[in-house]
Amino acid sequence: MNTLLNAKIPSGALHEKWDNYKADAKLVNPNNKRKFKVIVVGTGLAGASAAATLAELGYQVDAFTFHDSARRAHSIAAQGGINAAKNYQGDGDSINRLFVDTIKGGDFRSREGNVHRLAQVSVDIIDQMVAQGVPFAREYGGTLDNRSFGGAQVSRTFYARGQTGQQLLLGAYQQLSRQVGLGGVRLFNRTELVDVVVVDGRCSGIVVRDLLTGEITSHAAHAVVMATGGYGNVFYLSTNAMNCNVTASWRAHRRGAMFANPCYTQIHPTCIPQSDESQSKLTLMSESLRNDGRIWVPKNADDARPADQIPESERDYYLERLYPSYGNLAPRDISSRAAKRLVDKGHGVGPLKNGVNLDFSAAIERLGLDVVQERYGNLFQMYERIAGEDPYSTPMRIYPATHYTMGGLWVDYELATTIPGLYAAGEANFSDHGANRLGASALMQGLADGYFVLPYTISNELAPMLNKPIPTTDHPAFVQAETEARDRFNGYLNVGGTRSPDWFHRELGKIIWDYCGMERTQQGLEKALSELPALYSEFKKDLRVTGNGESVNQTLEKAGRVDDFFQLGMLMCRDALDREESCGAHFRSEYQTAEGEALRDDKNYCHVSAYDWTGDPMAADLNKEKLEFETAHLATRSYK
Amino acid sequence: MKHLTNLKLKVWRQDGPDTVGKFETHVVESVSDEASFLEMLDQLNEKLIGENKDAIVFDHDCREGICGTCSLMINGRAHGPQRATTTCQLHMRTFSSGDEIVIEPWRAAAFPIIKDLMVDRASFDRIIESGGFITSPTGGAPDANLIPVPKPVSDAAMDSAACIGCGACVAACPNGAANLFTGAKIAHLSVLPQGQAERFKRAEAMVNSMDDQFGSCTNHGECSAACPKEISLDVIALMNSDFRKSKSKNRKQLSRG
Repeated sequence: MNTLLNAKIPSGALHEKWDNYKADAKLVNPNNKRKFKVIVVGTGLAGASAAATLAELGYQVDAFTFHDSARRAHSIAAQGGINAAKNYQGDGDSINRLFVDTIKGGDFRSREGNVHRLAQVSVDIIDQMVAQGVPFAREYGGTLDNRSFGGAQVSRTFYARGQTGQQLLLGAYQQLSRQVGLGGVRLFNRTELVDVVVVDGRCSGIVVRDLLTGEITSHAAHAVVMATGGYGNVFYLSTNAMNCNVTASWRAHRRGAMFANPCYTQIHPTCIPQSDESQSKLTLMSESLRNDGRIWVPKNADDARPADQIPESERDYYLERLYPSYGNLAPRDISSRAAKRLVDKGHGVGPLKNGVNLDFSAAIERLGLDVVQERYGNLFQMYERIAGEDPYSTPMRIYPATHYTMGGLWVDYELATTIPGLYAAGEANFSDHGANRLGASALMQGLADGYFVLPYTISNELAPMLNKPIPTTDHPAFVQAETEARDRFNGYLNVGGTRSPDWFHRELGKIIWDYCGMERTQQGLEKALSELPALYSEFKKDLRVTGNGESVNQTLEKAGRVDDFFQLGMLMCRDALDREESCGAHFRSEYQTAEGEALRDDKNYCHVSAYDWTGDPMAADLNKEKLEFETAHLATRSYK
Repeated sequence: MKHLTNLKLKVWRQDGPDTVGKFETHVVESVSDEASFLEMLDQLNEKLIGENKDAIVFDHDCREGICGTCSLMINGRAHGPQRATTTCQLHMRTFSSGDEIVIEPWRAAAFPIIKDLMVDRASFDRIIESGGFITSPTGGAPDANLIPVPKPVSDAAMDSAACIGCGACVAACPNGAANLFTGAKIAHLSVLPQGQAERFKRAEAMVNSMDDQFGSCTNHGECSAACPKEISLDVIALMNSDFRKSKSKNRKQLSRG
């Protein structure tokens, strides 16, 4: 173990920390802001909101996305909603309750200061997004409607049909587009980050590759924000979009940014099960469906009868049975493991017996078809397109799938990574969700970071840099990083092997899913750690990338991303092996209660594990940040 | 699970924006009917890489029908034969063994081809940049419930806001017009109370940007028929009405200095 990390949490009572921070933070005079350049990588909720807000304040902003348009970022696919402690329903919600729910949902592996700030600014997010014209669901009186989500006993989730992520992203994208039109933001689309440049210990800019021409160029700035999403695609099959990748975070990690808690990966309980070998991705069915859908499996294993022929008495509504107070709204990690256990015991449904039923017949009877249609219409339609079955008459079949990664670049209270001048926001950082994220909290965190946290913390960092020169792109560090990137991409083209990047990605994903998925064991992780380096060296020897590096080449793009996934995969397994406890989404079979629930070890593992790059992910240096709980009390989670 | 056999694909290949393209024929010998259309293309690409050939370039990302990245004219129809379905959500069970399937990029002058089946849709972003937003700088918003929005109004805004910006409307239009896309954004923002302050300025700016880049609408209705989110033609009527009004309203604003 090396350094003990300091998160720089401000002083004062928990509810005063953020105000104290803002009161003390250094500011940049409006006329001086234009002298600073900030680079934002990624244009999802965190990136678009940060870029737009920083440009509104007057900073020069360069925003980068590998998509053809900023509007395509994967935030767009979030369905269910966004949490906020508005207490519009008067059902006992408060900032403190959202804070406690999030800490508890994260199984006491997140940082109190950050989580409390998140709960505080959640209310501002809703105001901001409504002002932008996000068409959230409304009551007939014109006020905002809410629904409940997993891990909460109040209704605090705001939603726009089943397309909340889309509507929020379009709001942020439109605000960003306004700044692009006004000249406040220069937007570089179809441009992918390939390296981060550090000069004298400070982040000085980035190196990018133009995906249309293959050209590699440098961009210098006073500060760089990584808003580049999560790494769930390391599993190959996940609910992430096809192009989601870890490269930006990983390249920052290789330049000195610590990577925290890589083993915390969330498996979402309600996805459409895999239908065949050739499947390229899994599709999520919003957790909001669990508000009205009831989850069950046949009581008898290997019961092949269609759902409507299985009488009530032979159905096991297992979440309602095991967790009566939360029922079908038990948190994601708990619901996922319960489904896995029953499917493993042969209670699975569907042609491959790899799913559980999510049944809406009771809801349709209680609420009427119209209401169910209005609440979930587009989700039902999506399901019907993919599965070829009508969920109004047949229960949906669902099964857990990789969905979100709580781990990411280590950041302190200011969202600064361990490289000064480099920030990480949204899913790319590790900070707020601990070992398990609650539903409808990802959108909240992305927008909180981008709109309401980074603009303050970045000005605090930039103020002392006024009128001091920064390295330009002709600095040797930029030139060298460009050369390394060119060599790396030429290298992929010149291996001349026999297997495509997708083939290696699929094999990598199988190892990670089998040994570092929903349940992990020491033996399995050790096996993964012996298989991964072997497969990785095969990747380096037997990769085949056709085409050239001077025009669009999606095979080449994929090769670079798979390369980084390999290295991350090794670090994930190492972290999972090191954490000898079960907490949240990290479930080690050796550490469970008699009832099969996660067994934490607060004495030895109440810390964040953050890794330093040493040149080999298998030999990364482990650093720890101790987690202190002053307000929320360490307790065993119970959703019974 | 069944398998489709012997599919004959005619795929548009083009090396770059300024080169001459051509159709290339590929046979897919077997594919599961559970596979999506894009998974079928993935399998073809794996085969091409195996033969040391360049993979076919096509845009795609979420594969859930929401990001709007995927495109493709399939047998002459934007996003293929299934109503209200993006290419990524189209499954092979819609086709039969032995089918000939013609795959082309979006056809529109405002969406120039980049390579193979990939096109440049930046023209859509420019329309949004010209005025497709409500100006509300971060931090200044009032409490969300201070702006009551009647449910039917909110629902109508949501119907228009569902647009995914894929460009099928333009590709399907015989004139290459972007009226459904532009109308959808105008209709989303202009029915909401928050959108009133800039309503007419927005309509004029967005229509001007659209006219600079796209063809003109002659009410064929192909756009709405091709739209994977079933955006209604009504949005075009609302846009035209707001644009007409903007001509007098914006002039008044100008004279007030």
